[in-house]
Amino acid sequence: MPLLPLILFILVAAIPVALYVPRLPKKLRGGILALPAALAFALLAGPVAQQVLEAGSLRFSAAWIPQLQIDFALNLNGMGLLLALLVTGIGSCIMLYASGYMGDHPQANRLFAFLYAFMLAMAGLAMADHLIVFFIFWELTSVTSYLLIGFNHQDADSRRSALQALLITGMGGVALLAGSILLANAGGSWYLSELVDQQATILAHANYPGILGLILLAAFTKSAQFPFHFWLPNAMAAPTPVSAYLHSATMVKAGIFLLLTMLPIIGGSRAWFITLTIAGGITLLLGGLFGLKQDDLKKILAGSTLAVLGLLTLLIGIGSDKAVLAALLFLVGHALYKAALFMTAGAVDHETGTRDARILSGLRKLMPWTAAAAILAALSKMGLPPFFGFIGKEYAYKASLYSEVGGLLTTVLVLGNAMLFALAIRAGIVPFINKPNTDALPKPRPHEAPISMLIGPLLLASIGILVGLAPQLIQPLIDSAHQSIAGTGELSAVKLWTGINLPLILSIVTVVSGFLVLKIRQPINRGIQKLSLPDADEVYDKVLAQILLFANWQTRLLQSGYLRNYLIIIISTTAGLITLKLLKFNDYPLYDGVEGLSAFSAVISVIMLFAIGLAVFAKSRLTALIALGVIGFGVASIFAIYSAPDLAITQILVETLSVVLFAWVVYKLPVFQEFSSKRTIRFDMILSATMGILTTILLLKSEALDMGTSISHQLSEWSYPLANGANIVNVILVDFRALDTLGEIVVLSIAAVGVWALIDSQRQKPTKK
Amino acid sequence: MHSSLLSISARYLSQLLFVLSLVVLYRGHNLPGGGFIGGLIAASAVLLIALARNWDDALAFLRFSPLNIIVTGLSIAVLSGIPGLIQNGAYLTGEWLPFFELPLLGKIKLGTPLLFDIGVYLAVVGSTIKCAHSLGMDIEEST
Repeated sequence: MPLLPLILFILVAAIPVALYVPRLPKKLRGGILALPAALAFALLAGPVAQQVLEAGSLRFSAAWIPQLQIDFALNLNGMGLLLALLVTGIGSCIMLYASGYMGDHPQANRLFAFLYAFMLAMAGLAMADHLIVFFIFWELTSVTSYLLIGFNHQDADSRRSALQALLITGMGGVALLAGSILLANAGGSWYLSELVDQQATILAHANYPGILGLILLAAFTKSAQFPFHFWLPNAMAAPTPVSAYLHSATMVKAGIFLLLTMLPIIGGSRAWFITLTIAGGITLLLGGLFGLKQDDLKKILAGSTLAVLGLLTLLIGIGSDKAVLAALLFLVGHALYKAALFMTAGAVDHETGTRDARILSGLRKLMPWTAAAAILAALSKMGLPPFFGFIGKEYAYKASLYSEVGGLLTTVLVLGNAMLFALAIRAGIVPFINKPNTDALPKPRPHEAPISMLIGPLLLASIGILVGLAPQLIQPLIDSAHQSIAGTGELSAVKLWTGINLPLILSIVTVVSGFLVLKIRQPINRGIQKLSLPDADEVYDKVLAQILLFANWQTRLLQSGYLRNYLIIIISTTAGLITLKLLKFNDYPLYDGVEGLSAFSAVISVIMLFAIGLAVFAKSRLTALIALGVIGFGVASIFAIYSAPDLAITQILVETLSVVLFAWVVYKLPVFQEFSSKRTIRFDMILSATMGILTTILLLKSEALDMGTSISHQLSEWSYPLANGANIVNVILVDFRALDTLGEIVVLSIAAVGVWALIDSQRQKPTKK
Repeated sequence: MHSSLLSISARYLSQLLFVLSLVVLYRGHNLPGGGFIGGLIAASAVLLIALARNWDDALAFLRFSPLNIIVTGLSIAVLSGIPGLIQNGAYLTGEWLPFFELPLLGKIKLGTPLLFDIGVYLAVVGSTIKCAHSLGMDIEEST
């Protein structure tokens, strides 16, 4: 099997495996759970990386829906490889960690399966080349993250957060689909790898503003950019391994990945620069401020994630070669340290029973390994040399200094980084230093977390310092990713030390102001509280309430529960549409001399007319029922006259059965009474007469229209030679159009079950034999 | 409306109707008939017993629960498309066994369309009876 589908297949196969992991002995769980992810990572890091680094990309394509020009096209370029490596590599660590953290949870199997489904979606996203395939994986990430965030479904907050994430990212998904279709039309191709060559055409296209708006909406909702930033902190309701995975390293990076992928396709315009730098800058500052006022470790980290996402968006907005390189470096650094910090926060929570940064302190003696991982990761997050986080920050300053309005952007970056610095100290260092405060903890005697919960964070934190010291280790990967975005941009070696220059001075400024921010945290919070800015979360609630009100109003209007109203809506809509069509064919004669009526059908017609009159004016239900039966049988005989025996037989049977069924129903109804006022009767009469007249005109006119050759002739010719059947009606039902019939019998069965559910549920309440 | 005449004749009539429904089902491919019509005839056979006697007898005549019949019918219909998918690459394409002659019955043609039609037949029987049973049960209890 080709490598790319093989990797996806491994992740698919991992889902059922994950379901059985909690039944295994404790010692085996972690290893087995992490194995598929590790295998996928090994394949990506080994043979796949080799080919991608050599050839620039690795392709795979399989026919899927050829009629719609959709094929399952995958194209893993450098950027995709980077994302896929992060997804599977960090994923392996998370899986190992989750087996320790959640292993005894009664629904752990579900969580593990969801995590793998999510990993599959992210890996697919990294590989997708066809826009529709990309969209499908994109939506899959939304759906699986909904399941993950709402994992503690007994908790109302958790349900709300999950729904919020789904609604916000789902909105982005719809925008992505619309944007992709516009983009494919403008660029003349459905393939991302081909659209890259069409940038000039697309930028000049009339639909460009629409494309840009829709795709940015998708990216902003996914990566929680202002004004859609509020769902990300709320999503912390998920269990810690989920937060660690979704909201630090992968899920929210999907939006960043989309922006990076689209940069060479729709980027480079004024609008791109302005929108991204503004949204990114605001998100950076908002995220930092949000983090500063939190005391929950996870919420502090959520704030810093927001800030980093803003920073990345800002860099991609600048869009220069340097900025892209900086974004890539920052992205990798952030993924490494943030996943580690989330996992250590979870370990602290697991062992001490709290995540409150005000209580936690001095844990380094009790949990030395956790402390080591957390402090290493925090140092990288603070952007101190020789950690990888330092390199990312330096390059970000370099990029912003050389961009338009560089002074402003650099100021924003320095402010944001200073806040990130402060957040890192609070989340990763403070809990472990100073004096132990074990009396205040919910679990008084904390001890070291199990080894399965240590391997992941330690590994990731050490990689953070390793690649900081030796950036050449991941240079090829970064270069390849850079090249896939920036085309043939000039590549320069990433270095830890670039001499004493402006970025270094800015770094020192950042460190100093970071400490300052930490000192004046409380005054800042108070000041912001005084401003009483509108809370986006409240706005969301209000908008949602309005939408629900509207839906409620609309439902009451259309679904009133009165049969009469339904009929009025259906009949008047149909009548309106028919009138519209008839006006279009006004020129055609009304009557085109259809052959005369035979005596037999004339007699039947008269009987039916009489029966209709009887049904309308009947004073009892039974009379009306019988009259309706007569009409039905009349229709059946007309079918028979015009040689449609199948129809006639069916009609007779249906008519018989429905009279019997009606008789049963009538039995249940209260005595027939005249409730309708004269006015409603008059209205109903006019409506039904209109419908009748329109139908008559339609039938007469359609006789005069030339509809082209009818397909029935062709079908009857094919019937015997192709389908071995002489009864063309049946051949159509069970062979030519069997799929339609399948649909019909499914509907029929659903209707039967529906009747049963409605009536039996009513019955069981009052009397039980 | 308990009439002994109806009650006794229903017993035989419904069996006849049931056989008729099978004939109609089989011959449908060449002559008027088929799964829909056959299913409706079979359903009327059951309804006849329900009307003439009671639902317990009617369901006993049917032997299987209507819901099971619906599920079986749908499954047969869904599965009958798979041979076509394998052989022809298109779901629900008709695939036929070699034809053969039988005394009295003449040329016998068996294939997936017939299987599909049997699925339709069962789904129609099950759905109709389920509806009728749900609607008609109360009246019996109250009388």
